[in-house]
Parts: sequence; structure tokens; C-alpha cells
Amino acid sequence: MKKRVIQFIGFLILRGCLYFVMAVLFLFLYDIIHKGGGAISLEFLTQAPRRGMTQGGIFPAIIGTFLVTMVTAICAIPLGMFAAIYLNEYARQSRITRVIRLSIRNLSGVPSIVYGLFGVILFVNILKFGTSILSAGLTLGLLTLPWTITASEEALKTVPNSYREGSLALGATKWQAIRTNVLPYAIPGMLTGAILGLARAAGETAPIMFTGAAFYLPFLPKSLTDQFMALPYHLYILATQHHEISLVRPLAYGTALVLIVFVLGMNMIATIIRYRLRKKKRG
Amino acid sequence: MIWLREGRGAESSNLAFRMTEAIRSKEGEEARPVGKSGFKAIRDKKKARPLRRRLKESAIHSFFFINGILAVIVLIGIFGFLLASAIPTFKEVPLKQFFISTKWDPTSPVKPEYGILSMIASTIIVTIGALVIAIPIGLGVAAYLSDVAHWRVREIVKPIVEILAGIPSVVVGFLGIVLFGPAIAKIFHLSNGLNAINGSVLLAIMALPTIISISEDSLNAVPQAHSEASLALGASRWQTLVRVKIPAALSGIIASFMLGMGRAIGETMTVLMATGNARSFPHGLLSSIRTMTANIAIELGEVPYYTTHYYALFAIGLVLFLMTFAVNMAADLILHRYQEREQ
Amino acid sequence: MENGKTKIETKNLDFYYGTTHALKNINMVCPEKKVTAIIGPSGCGKTTFIRTLNRMSDVVPGAKLSGDIFLDGESIISPQVDVVDLRRRVGMVFQKPNPFSKSIFNNIAYGLRINGLKDRQQIAEIVEQSLRHAALWDEVKDRLDENAFTLSGGQQQRLCIARALAVEPEVILFDEPCSAIDPIATAKIENLIHKLKEDYTVVIVTHNMQQAARVSDLTAFMMLGELIEFDTTTKIFTNPSNKLTEDYITGKFG
Repeated sequence: MKKRVIQFIGFLILRGCLYFVMAVLFLFLYDIIHKGGGAISLEFLTQAPRRGMTQGGIFPAIIGTFLVTMVTAICAIPLGMFAAIYLNEYARQSRITRVIRLSIRNLSGVPSIVYGLFGVILFVNILKFGTSILSAGLTLGLLTLPWTITASEEALKTVPNSYREGSLALGATKWQAIRTNVLPYAIPGMLTGAILGLARAAGETAPIMFTGAAFYLPFLPKSLTDQFMALPYHLYILATQHHEISLVRPLAYGTALVLIVFVLGMNMIATIIRYRLRKKKRG
Repeated sequence: MIWLREGRGAESSNLAFRMTEAIRSKEGEEARPVGKSGFKAIRDKKKARPLRRRLKESAIHSFFFINGILAVIVLIGIFGFLLASAIPTFKEVPLKQFFISTKWDPTSPVKPEYGILSMIASTIIVTIGALVIAIPIGLGVAAYLSDVAHWRVREIVKPIVEILAGIPSVVVGFLGIVLFGPAIAKIFHLSNGLNAINGSVLLAIMALPTIISISEDSLNAVPQAHSEASLALGASRWQTLVRVKIPAALSGIIASFMLGMGRAIGETMTVLMATGNARSFPHGLLSSIRTMTANIAIELGEVPYYTTHYYALFAIGLVLFLMTFAVNMAADLILHRYQEREQ
Repeated sequence: MENGKTKIETKNLDFYYGTTHALKNINMVCPEKKVTAIIGPSGCGKTTFIRTLNRMSDVVPGAKLSGDIFLDGESIISPQVDVVDLRRRVGMVFQKPNPFSKSIFNNIAYGLRINGLKDRQQIAEIVEQSLRHAALWDEVKDRLDENAFTLSGGQQQRLCIARALAVEPEVILFDEPCSAIDPIATAKIENLIHKLKEDYTVVIVTHNMQQAARVSDLTAFMMLGELIEFDTTTKIFTNPSNKLTEDYITGKFG
């Protein structure tokens, strides 16, 4: 009997933990949607800011985030796929392979501001790209790389070994087997993982703060070497450094809402693709 | 001739069937072994160039290898560049003072100070605070999901946890300012709620998804046989969870704590926005503090290039890198001991 | 043994992977256009052995091979050997049917395309003839573009046989081809093997002694990595020379 009581209380506590976490999340989302929704309007989404950001919209920030995410994608997705192909298809159990995997795990733990510092040294100063979409995109690309490598590797692992062996036994070279009978099945999974990584990158502020993001630019960026506005950085400034903080508070909420929709939207797309993939496999 | 009209790719069986029907009606006999004459030509052609093919495969292998070690190169690169940019600091600032002094005042016209102890303390306080909140709750949720929850609940909760993980840090920091700050100010009768507690709560929220998902994976990985043996002896599910499953999954659980800790240490925007950023040594959970990450973010924008101050910021970055590196390596070691034992 | 020309011969073949010594001093001869069966208890090395014949053994981590293997008198172990072409000449059907997740047509066309055949007419012709040769054509001719996984287990295995036949091998290796298949389909495949030996050299690994007796001309008995006895099937099953062979055949162990 005592066992039952203890179990009941114990499980109740566990359930409480769960409710706490869900409550926090709902609280967050509710606050942002509620207060941010009020600021959202067509003008907000499609126009540039005016009057020192107290009026107007955040369109340049949306474009900027989109552009820098594209650069990140071009940098992180192919490199991630190639590294994953090496690890899963070519690498043997050796010291080098262990070192590579260790490095990947460590890279995923490096603080985002440290990536920002690295980006300043390498892309802004040494390679002389200056503060630009290119520098920021490449910095974010490095940040996302461990993620795309891991996700791509997971996708490759789901392809049964019998496909590889079957191909080899028919006289395919190793690369032929990979290209024709492994990659086609792995690529959808790789892309899903990549989109999730990009969603994370789109929300990062620290790596882009000093490599290219700016608070107020009168024109849209015309090339990769221009500075750009970005949603997360915009939110940061509106929330902490603007000279009329309380006045722009609603705009801050609106920016937060747009950013969340952008990020969670990408997450949802990736999840839907993954769900469809799983269904196709079963059927 | 049927096959001359085909579109791209002989995919459709109907088309393939018609093609082969045409051939069969032409032959009108049982199939002989596969057309040796046509195929032999290809076989001989291929035989003439195995060396070229081998070189190509070798080149492809090397290409992928280079991509593979890219991660190592980047890691070494980050460390190297940080080190190179940090070392000039110590021409001006004695190493001991850097780590032991609590005064950080690099812009003082009278006597610039470069002590990071206050920042280290701030980082530690807010991390510990975060872990105190996140570890019990995270483990609790993980245990609930793996042992108690109906599978439908799991299907709903897992995406929710992923959503929580997906909220950008700047948004969490923003909520710290507009939501938690005023609440904390009201509860503790302060003028504003930007302090260590605020940061701790927010960091806990950011570390929770990591702790939850890795702990849950570890608990799920405990072989059924263990739980079944315990239940067969008359233990309740709770007792089995606490006395058998959690100890069995302990390495993975602890690794999840360490990875959560690594996240908390390295967080920038959240603490930047919600902890107040006062430079003094923290004197309690309600004091305004400035972590290492926040400090870099605040000062890097305005510091003149290539001054001692500039290098000192990179030195802080180096310290951060080494701290998270150590934590990650420790988590790795623990996880590996776990995997070895399971075999 | 007066069995005609030698197609495959192994001389003092030893195989290791990591620290495991899996094959010990195997000396065997597989004559042309005959069926050679390899039997033995679980773990005796028969699958490991057959995989050395098309060097699929290379895929195992830590694989090391010593001794020699000859195909038509030429060594297939030396570094100059084109392994890729070897695998086309020596085809393999695996234990568990492993069709690719493609259409039936494309499963077979795959082998042709990676070996450089592009002519669509030729491909279609060869696909049909392979399917006929594998006694599968009538069952699938109306649904060549359906995914291969819609076939039954026995049909999938015959598809894999057709796939192997399409690239025109000289030898076909069967690694316990019927262990995952129902008895009726097994009978069909055994008939097929009987027909195939008119044109191909067949080596078949099986844990089913009766199958070996039904299907093969020669039988090799292996145990713990060694070749215990190798002789005509009739002799092995009626009057084996080695006591171990006799014990295995009569069911004393295994």
C-alpha cells in the first residue's frame, strides 16, 4: 500500500514538471502572439522603418534575415552533406575518425559569441569581406555546420546496407553505389535536417552582431558585401537600446512575433516533410 | 516502331511491355540467355579503363576526406585565431591579474583594469542557478515521458519540447525583459527585474530541451530486461524507475546535464538582455550581473581595433571557448564510459 | 575429379577480420557449369568463404586475405585486379532478398545502367530476358513499373536473381537464397538453379542438407573455418570419407 502511495506522489511530481514546462511555453507564445499581433499589419511587414524606427515596418529586416540564411544554406548544406558522406560511407574506425567526430561534437558546443569573434577575425578582417551579408552568412554557416553534418549522417544511416552491397555485387564502383543507390534515398532526410539547422541559424544574433548586421539602413542591401538588417538583431536593439524604449515596445513584440513565425514555420515545414517521408517508407 | 515514340525514361511498364512485346513477336521463341553480343562490347570497353576508374574513385575518396576533416580544421582554426588575438593582451596585463582581479574597467582614463573574476563569477552563478532549476524539472519530464506517459502524450509533448528548443535566444531574452522582469521586480520589491535570477530562469528554459531529450533517450535505452526483472520481483513502477532505470541510465543523464551546462555557459543574448550587466562582483541572486558572454557582446562593437582592450575581449572569448570545450569533453567521456559498459 | 574445366579455384585460402581467423587453409575447386554446394553448421565460415569469391569480403572492416583465388586461372586477389569488373562477372544473390526501392523494371535496369548500357531498347530487351530466365516474367510482365517491394518474398528473390543475371555473369553465388522464403517458392528457385547451370557456374551455400542433395553436383562440408571434405554430392551423402561429415549428415550435431 505504501508503495502505491509513494508511486502516486512520485508520478504526480513528474507530471507537475511536465505541466510546468508546457505552461512556460504557452505563456511565452501567448504573450508574444497577443501583444505582437497588435503590431502586425501589412505596413509593418512590407515597409521600411521611419522616424528613427518609431514608425514604419521591418521589411528590410525580413529581407536581410532571408538573405543571410541563404548564404548560410549555401555554405553549410553541401559541406555538411559531403562530410557526412565521408563519415558514413568511406571512413573506417580509426583515430582520425574519432577525432573528427569529437571535433564535430565540440563545435556544436562552442558559444555563438565565440563564432562571432571568429567571424570577425577571419571573414571581416583577414579575408577582408568586411561587415557584410557574406561575412555574417559564412559565420552562421560554420555555426550550422555541426548540425548539418549530424543530420546528414543520420539520413545516410537510414539507408539499409543491403542497398550498398546489392549495388557493389552488380559491379558498381563505390561512388556509383553511393550516388545511384544511397544518396537518392538519403537526400530528403538530409534536407529536412538542414532546414532545422537553418531555422536555428536564422534566430541567432551574436554571430551576426559584429559581422554585418546593422540597426538602421536606409536602403535594401544590393550585394553580398553590403551590411543588412536582421530580425533578431532588430529585436535586440528595439528591446534594449532604443532611445524610446516604451514607445517602440509594440514594434518589438511585432518583430518577435515575425521572427518566431519565421523560425517555427521552417521547423514545421521540416517536420511535415519528415512525417511525409516516414509515411512513404511504411507504405 | 513503338519504341521510337517514347518519352523520357523507360519508366512506364506499359511502354516497357509494349517494347518487349514487339521484340518477342519478332523473335517468336523462348528467350535465350541474355543478348551476349551487344553487351560484350560494353564489357570489353570497360575492361580497357580500370586504371582511370580507379584514379577517379581515389580522387572522390580524397575529396570527401577533406570535407570530413573540415570540422577538425575549423575547431583548430577557432582555437588558433582566438589564441593569436588574445595573447597580445598579456603584454600589458599580467596573467594572474587577469584571472584574479575583480575589477574590469578597461576604459578608465586613469588606470585601466582587466580583471575578469567578476564575470567568471557571474557566469558561474547564473549557470548554477539555471541548473538548479533545469536539472530536476528536466529529469522529471524525461522520466515522465519515458515511463509514465501514454504514447499519445509523448507524441504531443515531444514536438512541444522541440518548439521550446527552437525559440531564438533573443526572443527568450526579450521575454525576460517584458515578462519575467516585472514579475521578479514585483515579487522581490526591486526597481527592475534585470538580475541573476532572471537570467537563471531564462537559461534554465533554454537548457531544458537538451536535458529532457538526452535524458529521455538514455532512459529509453535501458534494456527492457532490467525493468522487467525489477517488476517481476514485486517492485512498483516508481521504484523500478528510481532504483533501476535511472541508475542504469545515469551516465547518459549526467552527460545531458553537462551539455545543458555547456549551453548555459555559452548563452549570450539571453543573459545580455536580462541580467542587468553591472560590472561589479555579484553579491547575491538579486544583483545585476554581467557574464563573460554579455561583456564581449557589449564592448566589441565600440572598442577601437588592436588596443589592449580589444585583445582582452578575445582573451575572454578564449576563456569561454576553453570552458565549454572542457565541459563538452567531460560529457563525451562520461557518455563513452556508458557505451563501453553497455557492451 | 573429372568434372570438366575448373572455373574457380582457391589455394591455401586464409581469411581474417580483425583478430578472428575465419577461414583456414581452404583448397577448393568449383568446376565450370556445375553446381557446387557448401554445407556446414552455423558459423562454420561458409558465408564468409563465398563472399571471398567476388571479394565482397573486402567490405568487412579489418579484412585480411592470404593465399590465392583463381577465376579462369587468373588470380583475383592481386592488387591489379579490377574488383568492380570481377563483381560483374561473379554475381551474388543474398540471403535476405534485397530489391532496391525502385520499380521492378529499374531494379534490373540498374545493373545495366551502371555498367554503361544506355540504349533503351537494349535495356528493355535484356530486362525481359532476365525475368524470363529467372522464371518471373509471366508474373510481373503487367506491372513492371510497380515498386519491387510489392512482390512476395519468393518473387523478390527471383527478382534479385534476374537482376544478377542481367549483367551477364559467368558465375552466380547463392548465399542461403531460400532461408527466408516459403517452401513453394523455394522449390521454384531450386528448379531455377537446376536450369541455370546449363549456362552458368553456380556456387550455393545452404544450411539445408536436403537442398544441397537435391540441387548440387559437388558438395563441400565446412566446419569452424576449415574444409573438412569435398567430393561429388552422391559420395558425400551416401558414403562420406570423414567421420565429421558423416556425423553432420546424419544429424548428430549442427
